[in-house]
Amino acid sequence: MAESRSRTISLGHGSGGLLTHDLVHEVFGARLANPVLDGGGDSALLEVGGARIAFTTDSFVVSPLVFPGGDIGKLAVCGTVNDLAVAGAVPRFLSLAVVLEEGFDRDLLERIADSIAHTAAAAEVLVVTGDTKVVEKGKGDGVYLNTAGVGLLRPAAPGGAASARPGDVVLVNGPCGDHGAVIVSARSGIELSSGLQSDCAPLGGLVAALYDAGVTPRFMRDPTRGGTAGVLAELARGGACGVEVDETSLPVRDEVRGVCELLGMDPLFLANEGKVIVVVPPEQAAAALAALRGHPHGTAAAAIGAITAAHPGQVVLRTRYGGQRLIDMPVSDPLPRIC
Amino acid sequence: MRRRFEVAGIVQGVGFRPFVYRLATRLGLGGHVFNHEAGVTIEVEGDAAAVDAFAAALRPEAPPLSRIDEVRAVDVADAGERAFRIAPSAAHARAATLISPDVAVCDDCRRELFDPADRRHRYPFINCVNCGPRYTIIADLPYDRPKTTMRAFTMCPACQAEYDDPRTRRFHAQPNACPACGPRLALEDAAGRPLPAADPVAAAVARLVAGAILAVKGLGGFHLACDAALAAVVAELRRRKHRDEKPFAVMVRDLEAVAALAAVSDAEARLLTSPERPIVLLARRAGGPSCDEVAPGNRRVGVMLPYTPLHHLLLADAGGFPGPLVMTSANPSDEPIVRDNDEARWRLRGIADAFLVHDRDILVRADDSVLHVAAGMPRQVRRSRGFVPVPVRLPRGGPPVLAVGGELKNTICLTRGRDAFLSQHIGDLENAPTAAFLEEIAAHLQRVLDLRPEVVVHDLHPDYHATRYALHRTDLTRLAVQHHHAHVLACLAEHGREAPCIGLALDGTGYGLDDTIWGGEVLVVDGTAMQRAAHFRALPLPGGEQAIREPWRMALALLHVAGAADRLEQLLPRWPHAEARTARTLRDLLARAHPFPRSSGLGRLFDAVAALLGIRDLATFEGQAAMALEQAAAWDPAVPPYPIDLVPAAPGGTPLVVDPAAMARALLDDLDAGATPARAAARFHATIVATLVTLAQRTRADTSLRLVALGGGVFQNRILLETISARLTADGFEVLAPAQVPANDGGLALGQAYFALLSLG
Repeated sequence: MAESRSRTISLGHGSGGLLTHDLVHEVFGARLANPVLDGGGDSALLEVGGARIAFTTDSFVVSPLVFPGGDIGKLAVCGTVNDLAVAGAVPRFLSLAVVLEEGFDRDLLERIADSIAHTAAAAEVLVVTGDTKVVEKGKGDGVYLNTAGVGLLRPAAPGGAASARPGDVVLVNGPCGDHGAVIVSARSGIELSSGLQSDCAPLGGLVAALYDAGVTPRFMRDPTRGGTAGVLAELARGGACGVEVDETSLPVRDEVRGVCELLGMDPLFLANEGKVIVVVPPEQAAAALAALRGHPHGTAAAAIGAITAAHPGQVVLRTRYGGQRLIDMPVSDPLPRIC
Repeated sequence: MRRRFEVAGIVQGVGFRPFVYRLATRLGLGGHVFNHEAGVTIEVEGDAAAVDAFAAALRPEAPPLSRIDEVRAVDVADAGERAFRIAPSAAHARAATLISPDVAVCDDCRRELFDPADRRHRYPFINCVNCGPRYTIIADLPYDRPKTTMRAFTMCPACQAEYDDPRTRRFHAQPNACPACGPRLALEDAAGRPLPAADPVAAAVARLVAGAILAVKGLGGFHLACDAALAAVVAELRRRKHRDEKPFAVMVRDLEAVAALAAVSDAEARLLTSPERPIVLLARRAGGPSCDEVAPGNRRVGVMLPYTPLHHLLLADAGGFPGPLVMTSANPSDEPIVRDNDEARWRLRGIADAFLVHDRDILVRADDSVLHVAAGMPRQVRRSRGFVPVPVRLPRGGPPVLAVGGELKNTICLTRGRDAFLSQHIGDLENAPTAAFLEEIAAHLQRVLDLRPEVVVHDLHPDYHATRYALHRTDLTRLAVQHHHAHVLACLAEHGREAPCIGLALDGTGYGLDDTIWGGEVLVVDGTAMQRAAHFRALPLPGGEQAIREPWRMALALLHVAGAADRLEQLLPRWPHAEARTARTLRDLLARAHPFPRSSGLGRLFDAVAALLGIRDLATFEGQAAMALEQAAAWDPAVPPYPIDLVPAAPGGTPLVVDPAAMARALLDDLDAGATPARAAARFHATIVATLVTLAQRTRADTSLRLVALGGGVFQNRILLETISARLTADGFEVLAPAQVPANDGGLALGQAYFALLSLG
């Protein structure tokens, strides 16, 4: 990536794309290097006194705070729970840090706290520690949340992008881009007459259903910032293989397509908050699909593509006209503050 | 005395050695000539007058396809050679020779092709030292049969005899062949199974007459051919190729047939019959023999004349297809042109009804070139077969550079000293096979030019696939240059000028230095330094890329900046492809300053006006709306412009910003007052011309520069090119316009390469 031309942080650095990646690597990775951090991935996989655990953290700066299908509280729980789940861990405990802006409405805060409680219960996790701060008016946009989470690693936790093999099947548990479409509509004041909601949901139960069906995923990732394309690019970049994805197999709601056509966006690059991309060996694909479809958060699961030996390092989308489009992770994203 | 001559230039594959043989023999000289990687070495021995006569005749009498760049002569010791011979080719340390581009069938071969007494009568692979395949069949240098795809064919005694006989046109003609020993034609069905036919050409013609779509193997790849007169057939081809409205090229038998189809000037006729045989964009005649489906809604049609013996046979007077043929690159929607028989059978499955194939392999893909005549000169639109790999001479040299070009209409450029080798048309890199083609061409050019680049240079756009390719070349020093700066440098480079200039860089999109998209630029360029003297106001792109596909959205943006958004309801009926609710939502988003990406690209302003005038609201290929606007304009140099505002960006400072708001309002009022779209389109063009001339004059006043270089795809608009050039020239400017190299992004790599050499010099 071209070296940053400026010494100040831009909004693009928070997009989750290449700019973010390079910033984290150049500023933090270079100074904090250790085998766990350098291994990448959203969750750190650790051994502590004989127990194998996953540990992760996320901050939540979404605007608007409340949106169809959820709010910042629900997001804060799901975001961290899902990072643990896709790492192949059973999510157990969360911390919760809250930074409030002076003047913030208490009723709204309680509504958000209710969300956190409900979502944590649904996700079967306990919020066991936390912290609350208040900053002067004008120094914080309403409320920012941070959650950190700990979970117990399953024995058959996924290996990561490098363990994908040609022939492996790529699955997703439902339609792409719902959350991103809802946020951008809310921010732009676009009326969604269809009742489209964010797909924000805790996925611990869905992943458990996969394992219970005897599936051992090679790779799992939740496509938040950067969308499905971001995860596919990570898959291809991480290994010595390529990724093929089929446009006609990609589930996308009509309402999301409509928002995308209006604003010139691509559902592949929109954020999701209740989705997981799963890569499984071909002989497990049928069982995996059945397990996903049998769970409330996976009824519209679909096989969207495959790992291939062709075009290593590249993601190629087979378009509905039979063309082949190269999909790259964009350098930055036009949509700030999605999650 | 004995003298050695080292000759450099295009001196291989052009009948140079036979010419030298004949000249030396005629003058009674002994000695030899041989090919090597750096060119040709000649040694002649005899009396002084004869040797001098030889030296004097070398350039003027050289064969038509050769191009002598340099001759170095030195007297050497006598060797007692009385006879002259062509010696075997040798290896040489440095490769500096140039490869001939592919050449259309010459008149002599064409006569033999149709002569029943000739042993090559109706042989589709006839060629000689003056014509035939070159670049597309050469694997490596020096140019010898074993290094070409003709190595699979051993000459029969008759052909070998011609090859050895200095009196024939096949003396040392590497692709020499005949029906007994050379490549063969075969006809296959839609599934690629052989169709036995005594005369495959006649069988192919019969199928074309019956309305079939035929895949025909040519020089740089396959074509898809069909009857250009039958709308149903052409529509079917469009459906199978997923090609909605982008024009198809048409091939006809001769100039007379062209004249029935289109208006042809003398300059256009010369271009059509040139050895490069490009597609030439001509003004279509209403009621001509080709149907509208060939180029829907377009007043121009791309026409070419036959350039391989097979084309001549397919369109022959006796027994050939009687009318115009669509002759378009065979590729499934925008992928690189198909090259091999096997590849054709699977990639064109479901597209071609039959395949006319042969067994002379094509090594290098090359689409047909496309040119038009504008401002009195032929100008490249797509530089490819017939021109590649002839280099462009740069104003300066340096280490070998690889320039990776742009994203659309990509070409790459490799330099060697002062020679810049632009590749053939590669295409749109978002397409995965096209991105792979770029790497294929880069590797091939490096091999045949024996070049190891030390530097790679790319556009500033971070998401271009070409940029990503450049970033992977971590073995090379990396440089980047702004898009419009590169366009201006390309024009200077082409004209061999190294001097500060005013650059008018006008296109649809190019990444700017301030994270907006540029494209309506008046720049001051001094080598690697570039300053933005003036530019068009950046308009929001409602829906990002969707606004490029749907020009009605740009019209909305223009209405917004003109404060005329209330006109939407009145204009909606002009936009059959705009959904009312979507349009209203976008209008509201614009009013609320939704952060859409912004572009000062002049191409976008053209799109907006095209939609405002109800001329084009949907673009199914790049530049369609702008082209339609140009064609719709009832142009007359005396047409009055609309008012337009020039706003200093910072009080009293540069850059100037051209604000089209007042122009948009005046245009709408003009329409209300009864002006036709044709008239309004003409006045819009007049406004743009007047604006750019004024900006050039102001910039000259500030800088004292009178040299102007033009660049960017908008200069393919002939009204703008001709009128701006004429007015600036009349006002004392010296105007350079792209000709040898496309003004569009197909020429970008040349500018990038020149930038690199300037940076390193």
